Order: sequence, then C-alpha cells, then structure tokens
Amino acid sequence: MNYFLTEEQQMIKDLAAKIATEKAAPLVAELDEKEEFPWEVMKTLASSDLFGVYLPEEYGGFGGGVFELCLVTEELSKVCCGMGVCYAASALGTLPILLFGSDAQKQKYLPDIAAGKKLAAFGLTEANAGSDAAAVATTATRESDFYVLNGTKQWITNAGEAEVYTVIALTDKTKGVRGASAFIVEKGTPGFSFGKKEKKMGIRCSATRELIFQDCRIPKENIISREGMGFIVAMKTLDRARPGVASQGVGLAQGALDHAVKYSRERVQFGQAISSFQAIQHMLADMATQTEAARALTYAAARMIDAGKDDISKEAAMSKLFATDICMKVTTDAVQIFGGYGYMREYPVEKMMRDAKILQIYEGTNQIQRNVIGLTLIKEMAKKK
Amino acid sequence: MNIIVCIKQVPDTGSVKINPETNTLIRTGVPSIINPFDMNAVEAGLALRDGNGGKVSVITMGPPQAEEALRETMAMGVDNAYLLSDRAFAGADTLATSYTLSMAIRLIIDFDLILCGKQAIDGDTAQVGPELAEILGIPQVTNVSRLIEVKDTTLIVEQELEDGCKIIEVERPCLITVTKEVNKPRLPSLKNSMRAKKAEIPIWGANDINADEARLGLKGSATQVVKIFEPLKRTDSRMLKGDVEEMVTELVAELRKRVTR
Repeated sequence: MNYFLTEEQQMIKDLAAKIATEKAAPLVAELDEKEEFPWEVMKTLASSDLFGVYLPEEYGGFGGGVFELCLVTEELSKVCCGMGVCYAASALGTLPILLFGSDAQKQKYLPDIAAGKKLAAFGLTEANAGSDAAAVATTATRESDFYVLNGTKQWITNAGEAEVYTVIALTDKTKGVRGASAFIVEKGTPGFSFGKKEKKMGIRCSATRELIFQDCRIPKENIISREGMGFIVAMKTLDRARPGVASQGVGLAQGALDHAVKYSRERVQFGQAISSFQAIQHMLADMATQTEAARALTYAAARMIDAGKDDISKEAAMSKLFATDICMKVTTDAVQIFGGYGYMREYPVEKMMRDAKILQIYEGTNQIQRNVIGLTLIKEMAKKK
Repeated sequence: MNIIVCIKQVPDTGSVKINPETNTLIRTGVPSIINPFDMNAVEAGLALRDGNGGKVSVITMGPPQAEEALRETMAMGVDNAYLLSDRAFAGADTLATSYTLSMAIRLIIDFDLILCGKQAIDGDTAQVGPELAEILGIPQVTNVSRLIEVKDTTLIVEQELEDGCKIIEVERPCLITVTKEVNKPRLPSLKNSMRAKKAEIPIWGANDINADEARLGLKGSATQVVKIFEPLKRTDSRMLKGDVEEMVTELVAELRKRVTR
C-alpha cells in the first residue's frame, strides 16, 4: 500500500531497511542464542544518523517525529524485534526530556542521544507496580541541592547498556500519583547500580535489568518538569511511544509473513508447492490483510500525534493493541505454515513467535490499552451531553 | 590529504546472463551496482580523510545513469563527485578509459592519492589503475590489502601477493589499487544521503577535459572485444581422491594412457 511518504521519510525507511538486511540480519540468530546486546547494529544506526530522526534539528536531530521513529523501528523489527526494541526503548527514555525537559536538559542530553553516542532508557515499572503504575514505591527525597533516590525499578529495557535514564519516583508519598516526579539519572552516579540481566522468552538480544537506587544523590536540576508531574510525564511519554511498539508489531508481522510466503513456494507436499493449496493461500491472505491494516492504523496514529493533536491516548492505544495482537496471530500462523520446521530454532519464525508475545505485555498490557480506549469512549460520550 | 577515487558502475554479475546466439551480455533487467572493489577504494579514501583531513572526490566515466553510483558514494560521505559522460567516450577499452580519466583528474585539484579497486568484476582486466598511474607519471602499488601508515610524503601499504605479502613505502602522489581485504565499506548516513540527493554533480564531456578526440572511446582503443562467450562446461573432469601418493600414482597412470608418442 502506498502511504505517500515524503522524500525524506522514504530515505529514512530505505536506509533503515539497508542496515536491517545488510548489518542486522546476519547477526539475528547468534545474538538471540547468546542473549548478547546488538552493539554493532546500534553503532551502525548511530553512524547513519538514525537515532536522531525524531529529534529537533537544533539538537542535532533530523526534525521528524513519531512517524519517522516508527519507520525505523518497523524496518529493524522486520529482521529482529529485539533490535527494534533496543532502538525504540532509547526513544522512550528520551521522550520525557524532549516533551517536558528544560532547555538546559535538552542541550545537555539530546545531542548525544541524537548522535547515537548515548542510549537512553525509561524506568517506571516496579515489582509491585506493573499495570498499576500508580503503585510505584521508589522515593526521591529532597536534601538541599540534591534528590536522594531509593528503590528498585524492574524489567527496564536497555538497563545497563544505556547512559541516560529517566526514572519515576515519589517526592511526596502522601499524595499518591500526584506525589510522583520524573528524574534524569546518569549511569555511573554513585548509589545507582543494575540487577542481573533477565533471561527472557523472546527479544533476547535486548537487555532487561533492574535499576537499583541506594541513597543515590542526583543534582536537583535533574528533575524533569516539577515535583508532582511525574505521572503526567510518564503517561504523555507512553502515549507518544505506543505507535513505536505498534511498529515493532507491524515490522515483526511483516517479517514473519515474508518468510511464510517464501517458504510456502519452496515446500513441496503432495507433489506440489504448498502455496498452491487454498488452505495456505487463505492463511497468507489473512496475515497480509491484517498486517496492512495494522500498519495503516499505526501510521495514522503516528501522523495524528505529529500533527500536534492533544488527545491522542485512544488512538495511540488502538495502534498498540491492534498491531501487537495481529503480530501474535501472524507470527503464530507463520509457524503453522512452516509446520514442524517452524517449531525448530534452525528456522527464523520460531524466534519471531517468541518475540511477538512481549509486545502484548510491555508498555501497557493490551488489557490496559483496552481500558484506555474504553474510558476515553465513555468520557467522549459524557462530554457530548 | 586530497584523494581521488575512480569507480565503475557494473552489472550485478550475480544476475548476468549471456545471450548464446549473439554472444553478448543480456543487460536488460540486470541491476547496476558499484564495482565492489571500488566500494573498498571509496571506504579507504573516506577513512584516510577522516583520519588525516582533506577531501575525497569520486570520478567515474559512464552513461548518464552512472550519476546514481556517484550519489551513492556521496551518501557514504564523499565530498565531491564528477561524471565523465560523452558519446565520444563510448566503446572505450582500458587504455582510452584511463586516458579519459587522466585528463579529468588533471583538471580536478592537486591530489595526494588516487584510489581504485583492484579490478572491475565485469571485465576483470585490472588495467585501468596501472595505466592511469603510467599516464599521470606517478608511482603505483596494486592489490593493496592494508593501508599501514601515512607519513609526511609517503604511504606505507601492504601488497597482497599470491604466496605472501610485501610491505611497500611509496612516494605521494601515487595510485593505489585495493582488494576487498583492505576494509569493510560503510553504509550511508541520513545526513550525507540528504546532501547527496541535492548535490550538483558536474558532467564533463570531451571538450571540458581538453581531450584529444583520437584517444577517446572506440577510436582511442588499442584493443577490441571480438567475441564474448560462455566457456563450455567441462563434463569429462574427474576429481582424484586419496592421499598425495595415491593421487599422484593415479594421475601418472592416467597421463601415461594419454601419451600419444
């Protein structure tokens, strides 16, 4: 389908596809097996300027938005969803600074992030604060010119690999979510350490660790926006990042579909290629239609955000929900078309199905996305009356 | 360090076929790529520039669509590109090609180094680099697999030989042809791609480079391609197996059978 990309957007997409096929693809199986961070691919993305596609030109970026971020994420995820999330999670960690940071904070952090010299990460989730993000227990206590952080963030993507962390912590425990604030914490700050690397089902080349804060003192200038704004910073950040997760789903689904179409023309049973059977054709047709529909919804949501609309929660949630549910289905069907071979690690679709599952879980489970959509519908109706 | 890299656009040989009736290459539908060894030459130029300053200029002789190849190198970070394109250049063999390139290079700038791929994957002659150095009267080192050091007035390189390698110190300006071992070509960057898209690429014809018409194109070619053909597949070959002694014994026996006098 033609999405009428601008010349610049097409260039971004082509370049990302080139890196994905030439640099990333040969490493996919090995990095999954070894659970090793794709630094070589990240460095190539950096030298090709792709970490800056969504950042303003004044900070060394390309001046694009969420849409450009989606294009790169999709192309990477076609080849490896794990690499896609390493890239996209850095943007997730950067968005709080971009959206709510002071000029000084932007000057200090964005140029290095745009150049790909530093990765970023976002720390919200805790052991007892998953879908119930308001239950965070990490605290930030003001002491003269510092905030002192204590607590543990869990399952943080890019943790240990990133240099810049945006973290949500309570500055006033008595106020609940209104007592949360967002902070920038740099790797290497005394009192800030990482837990062991988690062993995951999929996206195994990406790094997932705990962020551990033990009397970690950070300058008071590192607060993003002001005290009490943490939850708003987090929610607005997640709204803008959701089409990025959707793009992982679109890319991964497309990658699995491409493998399935190719395999179906090679695999001979009953004396003919299995692609000649309608049972297979119909499966492929559904997979392709659903993937395209997911892409269209994702692009529409991203473009709506970039156009500057304020109420984007519903559409962002829809794109994430639909694209990642579709991705789970399409990757599962791809394994089905491969049959027994599909279940084997020697073939690529087994990993794709494992990778797909997390997309329905992280950055808001798909149940939470439905909550967001449902509540918005009710609010919209209530406003009309 | 000012560097000139000569590149050639070639058919992607992985997908080339020969028409058995006319014995010519079937070019339709075959994508063009930059000769892979020339990509190594471009990368070598960029790396030397990045380490020592200066500019990298890329030059090619070819049809108007060769401009695409030049833009591709600019997207990798090449500073300037020049296209030599003129009907008068058509049908050039390696001699006429290197003459044409030499005339353009005299126009460009003071250069410290010319880089070429060791050969093109279509013609496989490996002649243009050496001929160009001869015409320009500068020293040359072919088949360079490693650039070791840049000194004040010289360059130290490693030349790949069939049974080893040679370390050579060469006076600049000079011409180097490189093998694929010399480096891994970088991918384009977004900023350079944008620049490449907008860049003005001068197209020079015979008059622009003050060339002697008699030395250009088919007229200026000392060689002619008489016939292109696909070599017959030998089906009567047999691989000998076993240890050396067994294989030699068998080979000698086979040869003896075939001795005719």
